[in-house]
Amino acid sequence: MNAIKAYGDTLNDGRVQLSFTLPVADSPKAREAARLYVRKLGFSDGEVVYAAPLEEEFTFFVAYGKTDGFIDYDEVRGVEKIDFMSFDEINEYIGDNIGRKIVVVGACTGFDAHTVGIDAIMNMKGYNHHFGLERYPMIEAYNLGAQVPNETLLSFSKEISADAVLVSQIVTQKNVHIDNLTELVELFEAEHVRNSTVLCVGGPRIDNRLALELGFDCGFGRGTYAEHVATFIVRKMVERGIA
Amino acid sequence: MKDMLGLEIKKGNKARCLAEAIVGPVREYISRHTTVSVERASLRLCGVDGMDQEGTPVPNIMANQLKAKTEHGAVRYLLGACLKKGMSVDEMSRAVADGFDISSVEIPDMALLEEEARKYVERMKTLVLENRKLRAEKILKYKSNENSPLLYVIVATGNIYEDARQAEAAVFQGADIVAVIRTTAQSLLDYVPFGATTEGFGGTYATGENFRIMRKTLDIAGEKAGKYIRLVNYASGLCMPEIAALGATERLDMMLNDSMYGVLFRDINMYRTFVDQHFSRLISSYADIIINTGEDNYLTTADAFEKGYTVLASQFINERFAFDAGMPSRLQGLGHAFEMDPDIPDGFLYEIAQAQLVRELFPECPLKYMPPTKHMSGNIFKGYVMNTMFNLVAKLTGQEIVLLGMLTEAIHTPFMQDRYLAIENARYILSNTASLSDEIIFRDGGIVQKRASEVMDRTLDFLGSVAERGLFESIEAGMFADIKRSASGGKGLEGVFEKSPDYWNPFEIMLKEELCIGGTK
Ligand code: B12
Repeated sequence: MNAIKAYGDTLNDGRVQLSFTLPVADSPKAREAARLYVRKLGFSDGEVVYAAPLEEEFTFFVAYGKTDGFIDYDEVRGVEKIDFMSFDEINEYIGDNIGRKIVVVGACTGFDAHTVGIDAIMNMKGYNHHFGLERYPMIEAYNLGAQVPNETLLSFSKEISADAVLVSQIVTQKNVHIDNLTELVELFEAEHVRNSTVLCVGGPRIDNRLALELGFDCGFGRGTYAEHVATFIVRKMVERGIA
Repeated sequence: MKDMLGLEIKKGNKARCLAEAIVGPVREYISRHTTVSVERASLRLCGVDGMDQEGTPVPNIMANQLKAKTEHGAVRYLLGACLKKGMSVDEMSRAVADGFDISSVEIPDMALLEEEARKYVERMKTLVLENRKLRAEKILKYKSNENSPLLYVIVATGNIYEDARQAEAAVFQGADIVAVIRTTAQSLLDYVPFGATTEGFGGTYATGENFRIMRKTLDIAGEKAGKYIRLVNYASGLCMPEIAALGATERLDMMLNDSMYGVLFRDINMYRTFVDQHFSRLISSYADIIINTGEDNYLTTADAFEKGYTVLASQFINERFAFDAGMPSRLQGLGHAFEMDPDIPDGFLYEIAQAQLVRELFPECPLKYMPPTKHMSGNIFKGYVMNTMFNLVAKLTGQEIVLLGMLTEAIHTPFMQDRYLAIENARYILSNTASLSDEIIFRDGGIVQKRASEVMDRTLDFLGSVAERGLFESIEAGMFADIKRSASGGKGLEGVFEKSPDYWNPFEIMLKEELCIGGTK
């Protein structure tokens, strides 16, 4: 057992900073309500340090709470930290283990018009001085851009026999991305290409847990670079014996 | 305007000459063409409204009935049908919703049509002039309560009634301008939906009803706060002119409206956009509505340090197109943004250089300055500091319209409290640095001046090569935002018509006369 708690300035003090709005007018009663609310959220010691009216019927609060809650760190299973390969290592790995160029298609699908994320992964130039997949000599990369219908992505992938398909989803309001991603997986399954394709999804609100839940092979969040996803793809291909 | 950059006058003049060379040939094309959206806007200005049982808006039903006849001008058929049937436009709208076809009617004599048109044109003029007057009076009355610069916030819940509540709070907190963000993908709809929106994505539709709901909310909240609160929406996408028409009649105060944004970022056909933007600007000019151009978008996909000159170049082009539509500088809210990578050493100075450059080149324009978005991250605390730096540059360089950055930009559309924090931050900076700009000068040949002059020179080079190639060809070659658009590609080209020699549009005639375009009559 390795119990951990939020750290303020003393180990295990459990201090947490909060800010929120309640739909009531600012008043001593409202502040008391905020304090009790913080307690109700599980903090043993709620202290409202700031309150300001946002309108006649809304008040903003900054509060501190102390929590007895803890987490047993030994029991937590996070995403394993992968040791990523570099640009050169990846190309060499493909040469040695797959023996041909691999084909990768990327797109930002559905109504989503954000291209910057998928471009960061795919484009020659890359992102933050990390080359994109188009630059990899052993990768044949296709970037279909944004607002690509799932059907188009599927048919294109089949046409060029893609080894891996990369999907970007930036807009997550009202969970549009969930429906869209679920549909994509279903399409790939219905056409029996799911198992022969490494399917990845990325975006600032995406993580690996969600990706696996939706039937993808891996999910990538903020701060991803091309070599991260490339490392995953090539290892997965070898593991699956796709070559 | 204080001269802080030591810029040579001739450079600004040269940029304007090049912009004229770029826009001239396009102007010629525009004058010879109309679009379905221009025609539907004209029908709306006549008072056409409503929808049929399937939800198709009546202006669209009429335009669909006319098809190729559109080249003669849709108002001719509408009023022709009204005269033949002895109906008002209201009655005719209902008849068409129930299946009546206006293209089937034989067109009466031109003299009769013109007389009938006068009624509707006068009605539209009265309505718009009343809106102008009311706005001008209220702004004058409450001027002293406004922030300087004006503080602009957005509401984007997707439900217009929730938006109204958020807007009320924003006014209470000190906002001067409220923009209602549009739901995803409206720009690609070739019709303006009808009614109130309660389930949009990241915004609501621009509709007449949504405009009215918001207008009323802001008028009431404004009276309480002792201010005139300006309402903003988007006259952009495939229905640019129609939304401008709705804005003029429903008293919007500002409209996002760019001459090239739709082409580059929404893949709308370039011919369509150029014709549409012109008519929409005629309407906004007459209605005294400030446009906000979209140069900030160049910097979301490209690097702001490298591509600062594309912003400036686009501003000169937008300015030229606006002048062509009779729009005075005081209605040209040219856009730009604070989007440099925060890791660049001296980035703050480069931002000042760009903002001051724009200020000095367009001294009469109510410049619209956009906050950091691209480099905002989950570190909301750092984001809050970046917004503070932005507010500081805005005040220092005398921007007029300042869109406030949200600390949660990288996470979600604004919470009510995010907006509060943003307004509080801005008001603190505005007051705390109220006279800063009077107190400082930039060192001759220092970092700020050097950067400004570099950006200016690159802008001139760029405008020069666009002028040489032509605007259509330059867009085809991907010279703007690295995005290539073919002249015959994109959405909406099928809605462009060459005007026939007998083309008649009483609203266009009136607007051009009132704005004194294409003549000295
Ligand atoms: C630029 C931008 C735009 C530009 C996009 C231009 C373009 N061509 O891409 C424009 C102006 C068009 C735009 C429009 C809209 N936007 Co926007 N936009 C942004 C902004 C400011 C930056 C996004 C960005 O470029 N980030 C930089 C890139 C490099 O980061 P990234 O996308 O996270 O990508 C990285 C990782 O996530 C990952 N990754 C991403 N995809 C993939 C895929 C794979 C396979 C892998 C491995 C990795 C990976 O790798 C990348 C590199 O590390 C964000 C706010 C923000 N700061 O995040 C809002 C934001 C994303 N937009 C938002 C919204 C709501 C919209 C609109 C709906 C607004 C509207 N009502 O019109 C529209 C959507 C239109 C549409 N149909 O999609 C919201 C989304 C809220 C939500 N969670 O749903 C945000 C968060 C802003 C906000 N707070 O409201 N937007």
